[in-house]
Amino acid sequence: MSTELPEPASKIELKPGVGGGGEIPTFNITLRVRRYTPESTADAYWEDFKLTMYGTDRVLDALHKVKWEHDGSLSFRRSCAHGVCGSDAMRINGRNRLACKTLLKDLDTSKPITVEAIKGLPLEKDLIVDMEPFFQSYREIMPFLINDGHEPSGERYQSAADHAKFEDTTKCILCAACTSSCPVFWTDGQYFGPAAIVNAHRFIFDSRDDAGDMRLEILNDKEGVWRCRTTFNCTEACPRGIQVTQAIAEVKQAILSRTV
Amino acid sequence: MQVHKYDVVIVGAGGAGMRAAIESGQRAHTAVLTKLYPTRSHTGAAQGGMCAALANVEEDNWEWHTFDTVKGGDYLVDQDAAEVMAKEAIDAVLDLEKMGLPFNRTPEGKIDQRRFGGHTRDHGKAAVRRACYAADRTGHMILQTLYQNCVKHNVEFYNEYYVLDMLMVEEDAYREDGTAYKQKRVAGVVSYDLATGELHIFQAKSVVFATGGAGKVFKTTSNAHTLTGDGMGIAFRKGIPLEDMEFVQFHPTGLAGLGILLSEAARGEGAILRNSEGERFMERYAPTIKDLAPRDIVARSMANEVREGRGCGPNKDYVLLDLTHLEPAHIDAKLPDITEFARTYLGVEPYTEPVPVFPTAHYVMGGIPTNIDAEVLQDNDTVIPGLYAAGEVACVSVHGSNRLGTNSLLDINVFGKRAGLSAAKYAATADFVELPEDPEKFTSTQIDAMLNSTGTERVAVLRKELQDIMDANVQVFRDKDSLDRALVVIEELRERYKNVSVQDKGKRFNLDLLEAIELGFLLDMAEVMTAAAMHRKESRGGHYREDFPNRDDENFMKHSMSYRDATATTEGISGIRMETKPVIFTRYQPMERKY
Ligand SMILES: Cc1cc2nc3c(=O)[nH]c(=O)nc-3n(C[C@H](O)[C@H](O)[C@H](O)COP(=O)(O)OP(=O)(O)OC[C@H]3O[C@@H](n4cnc5c(N)ncnc54)[C@H](O)[C@@H]3O)c2cc1C
Ligand code: SF4
Ligand code: FES
Repeated sequence: MSTELPEPASKIELKPGVGGGGEIPTFNITLRVRRYTPESTADAYWEDFKLTMYGTDRVLDALHKVKWEHDGSLSFRRSCAHGVCGSDAMRINGRNRLACKTLLKDLDTSKPITVEAIKGLPLEKDLIVDMEPFFQSYREIMPFLINDGHEPSGERYQSAADHAKFEDTTKCILCAACTSSCPVFWTDGQYFGPAAIVNAHRFIFDSRDDAGDMRLEILNDKEGVWRCRTTFNCTEACPRGIQVTQAIAEVKQAILSRTV
Repeated sequence: MQVHKYDVVIVGAGGAGMRAAIESGQRAHTAVLTKLYPTRSHTGAAQGGMCAALANVEEDNWEWHTFDTVKGGDYLVDQDAAEVMAKEAIDAVLDLEKMGLPFNRTPEGKIDQRRFGGHTRDHGKAAVRRACYAADRTGHMILQTLYQNCVKHNVEFYNEYYVLDMLMVEEDAYREDGTAYKQKRVAGVVSYDLATGELHIFQAKSVVFATGGAGKVFKTTSNAHTLTGDGMGIAFRKGIPLEDMEFVQFHPTGLAGLGILLSEAARGEGAILRNSEGERFMERYAPTIKDLAPRDIVARSMANEVREGRGCGPNKDYVLLDLTHLEPAHIDAKLPDITEFARTYLGVEPYTEPVPVFPTAHYVMGGIPTNIDAEVLQDNDTVIPGLYAAGEVACVSVHGSNRLGTNSLLDINVFGKRAGLSAAKYAATADFVELPEDPEKFTSTQIDAMLNSTGTERVAVLRKELQDIMDANVQVFRDKDSLDRALVVIEELRERYKNVSVQDKGKRFNLDLLEAIELGFLLDMAEVMTAAAMHRKESRGGHYREDFPNRDDENFMKHSMSYRDATATTEGISGIRMETKPVIFTRYQPMERKY
């Protein structure tokens, strides 16, 4: 323990309700899902599900309830269920979010809650899109440390201040919430998109990396950073709280001044 | 059906699989098959750190680390493997640093290190700073860094390819003493492409299993929905034993009802546990170190409070983690992520309200038995040429009966690398094993049966019953009666599983079908865990038998080895054969495990 703390009381009074007893509150919702089942129906359509949910349930729980109790064919990706794997970005009430991080009680449950696949990537089935184009852009910015200098026998040193320059962009979980909320990306699928720029930023500003110039050149392309119109959708969508627009601005600045 | 040919096929793209791929991919024609996109793997959820005796901030060495690992595992650790891991830990961290991992740094710019439970200086004298970390996102950074390096080395991924079966042949062979036996050999794997519903056969000289854990056997778990024990299940069905499956680690502080992990760091920073009477109950169970007692002791104490009616909440089924006596600034500085979990998922403000917590199934210590070169064993000492396993799916065994925090991220790097190197080396000289006739038959029959079934059982119903029964009977407390109760239900569920049908009959992204297949693995894993728990009539590490509360070295200082065997019966369970395997001792003789 870093600081000496006063010894906590060995017994305290708990607020009523905390100690136990009572009912778990429930509420009813309508989940309105954009279905796309090309094997049986050519066009996408909306389907409503009426569900009774609990206070701590998330949109992912509602989707599971549909899949597990009503219609097993409803398809969506998910894995970790707590916002760290990036599987379940989707449009919830028109905004990109992770289903596993969006509590139902934080949404307006008096109206149907709409859930659709993220936009701009080829739709495969229900809430599932083809992620390949997204990862293709990611791979193009050379998302790996390039160091052509002397290889030390031990570790490379890095000051805490240098580490802080790119720490924010290391948090990315490649969920595509940002890229698929970008109006430029919707109209021009060739645009690298914010996620790829975020990941380029992560290396461009890493003091151990030697290929910043190459990455800046790639992003200086006509499909690169200059397509960004600073709409801020990406920053709002990012479930990891990454300052996406700021990262893009820093990359633009670096291209102009070539300081790295 | 397509057939692909590779020198090396790696199943799984978490930390262990990708570490293997980086080595193998540079030396042999390698494919990685993974049911998730690599960066979705659950290695990304790890918070605390990865340990190595770098001695960057204070004196430390690999021998101390070996000792801690052996003692932490309650002496059921194979000491040769623990030595390898502790020695190679240092290079494992340096490898990651050179690959670009953004570790937190000391003021001099070196990789920073912090304390973690059970890691000590000089054989238990005091806590030591051994865990290298990247904020509370160490696993995320390891997963991203390994993926980045796979991209760099052009590793070939088959994403969303579910491996459902392994192709194996048996040959007559003779041991040195002249006795005949059946030598298993691996020919490849069968996989299901999620996007198209097509089966693909991968023929390979070397196959590496790196499919992670099986936490979803339990209801309350820190594990992802996708951790369903597939790799262990496939090996088990092929007659490969599973080692030490009775040992599952339950982490004390999962968010109640959800299982999402709140790191040990919370109690390290001064948080305490309370029951429904507001009592700091750990004072009764561990009067000296109280809330900072080892994971298994704290977890049992919590479960006991609930059992004796002092649980909190509407169903009185959890206790409280109280941080309200801590300064908000202190909480923000040291515990930002986990307090955010409490806010987001339970709507609880940790500054002013205690957080509902309960033990959560966290880590499977057991798995596919391997030696230190990651070669899979078909019995106590016969290697299956060309077959490897690493990571949580494997049992080397470096964790024995209880894994120390930060030793798994280390395990996946050290033994993932070894598996990749071994697999590539073997493939350089070996020949392909001929594919059996109709290699996809077992899998296609299983899938067709599921799709065409008119059965009335639903996957989600059976899975919930399984998870409930496991939480109730095979969790931190076990005894003969509870294990019997679990087994009756498991056997019943296995019967009912034959009558399962899926609603989605399509070929594209049929996750309904895959959940049904995953349930089959879960049922097998639950059965083996319970059988092995029944067999071990002692208490050690993560396995606590109320009817045998003491460690019994005389009868049980040995690994359990469970085999699928239609003709055998163990502890009244038909279809499982239980054997044992000696523990490897090098330096340390067993002592009482006291902290
Ligand atoms: C919340 C949490 C926190 C943790 N914190 C720490 C920590 O601080 N320090 C520490 O040392 N350890 C920690 N652990 C443990 C550690 O993170 C895991 O044990 C380790 O990451 C497992 O890695 P792996 O590569 O074996 O498996 P995983 O990362 O789980 O990867 C499994 C891979 O196998 C693939 N797969 C599975 N089944 C199939 C199939 N049928 N076909 C094809 N592919 C398949 C998946 O797609 C995935 O890519 C933590 C664990 C959890 C849950
Ligand atoms: S920057 Fe944020 S929103 Fe974009 S992919 Fe990364 S985590 Fe997702
Ligand atoms: S399921 Fe992993 S981020 Fe939502």
